[in-house]
Amino acid sequence: MTDKEIIASRIALELNDGDLVNLGIGIPTLVANYVPKEKTVTFQAENGIIGLGGYVEGENEIVNAGGMGASILEGGAFIDTITSFTFIRGGHIAVTVLGALEVDQEGSLASWIIPGKKVPGMGGAMDLVTGAKKVIIATRHTNRGVPKILKKCRLPLTAAHQVNLIVTEMAVMKVEEDGLHLLEIHPSYTLDEIVKATEAELIINDVLPMKGVNL
Amino acid sequence: MRGIISGDKFKTLLKDGMSIMVGGFLTNGTPEGLIDLVVEANIKDLTIICNDGGYPDKGVGKLVVNKQVKKLIASHIGTNPMVGTLMSEGKLEVELSPQGTLAERIRAYGAGLGGVLTPTGLDTLVQEGKEIITIKDKKYILEEALGADLALVGGAIADNYGNLKYNKTMRNFNPIIATACELVVCEPRKIIDEINPENVITPHPFVDYLLVGEYND
Repeated sequence: MTDKEIIASRIALELNDGDLVNLGIGIPTLVANYVPKEKTVTFQAENGIIGLGGYVEGENEIVNAGGMGASILEGGAFIDTITSFTFIRGGHIAVTVLGALEVDQEGSLASWIIPGKKVPGMGGAMDLVTGAKKVIIATRHTNRGVPKILKKCRLPLTAAHQVNLIVTEMAVMKVEEDGLHLLEIHPSYTLDEIVKATEAELIINDVLPMKGVNL
Repeated sequence: MRGIISGDKFKTLLKDGMSIMVGGFLTNGTPEGLIDLVVEANIKDLTIICNDGGYPDKGVGKLVVNKQVKKLIASHIGTNPMVGTLMSEGKLEVELSPQGTLAERIRAYGAGLGGVLTPTGLDTLVQEGKEIITIKDKKYILEEALGADLALVGGAIADNYGNLKYNKTMRNFNPIIATACELVVCEPRKIIDEINPENVITPHPFVDYLLVGEYND
């Protein structure tokens, strides 16, 4: 499995039957490929779909939140932006999975701006992180060796104290009141390697092998 | 609805310095014919309000590339590199507003409200210079309502009365901006005799003109 596949397949295990889920662009999008057949999960696209289906090459009347051709599943609905963000901000989304530039041990996320370099904007990310019941971050553990999981985010925040779970190719970490708990590690890495690749202070008690990973 | 309008007549409604809301999400549901007419009219110093900055050759991006825009209010500008370039050269002012906040600010204006209270953006750059209001021990940012002179509505199927319904995901911001502008012009994809009243999304009193001609199917 590639790093992206490891992250996406592990996060899919966090989704429950009946959940309404919003997936961000990039690695988060791949999570949809790993939802177990026995679970019914409904995906939302913030541009206006409840019941988002897969990519459709050349489709331009139905697009997903990345502007790519997409499909709508049976039982789905097209909605306007107000209704879409009523779902998002109003606590009607069970889980959102988003990427990160930086994420920290207090559950704060930075994902929308690198001042002076890149200013893509926040799009719907700030609303999603603020309003979804559970926020899962899907990210590589480091950016070319530089830690992305920090004591405190240095880039401008997308939201403070909203992240619940961080899943990387190396580990699964949970944000709690007392700090960031290391729950699972990928068997390809040692505990020492993971601690070294992480700037955040990890609270380490019972660490399990990462679930849902085929070696 | 006041009636149907030609491209030439539409151009006579345009003025330098106007604020214009444009529907669409990454140009899905953006009225490209109306944008092209604004480019042809070459009016300047525009304030453009749209979900995003479009692409250099599509959507509001065409207005940015043609240097007609003084200020852009949007939630995302990453798909149009020209926006970033002009912004860093100081030639374009950009106000980034979270997508849900942007939609609610527009809805509020259309509904006669002064603004909205949202937790989105708390403890981020978005709250800078804005009032924080506490209600039942929860903090919210006061985001002011947002209206404009002109709405350019796309992605719609219209009827002869000016009622609108929307095609697939093209709905997005279109029905919202139709409530919040002095003048509302729609470039429908097609015009039919009558939309079933149960299916009307934007009732005709919100719509001033339907653009007709080569622009429709």
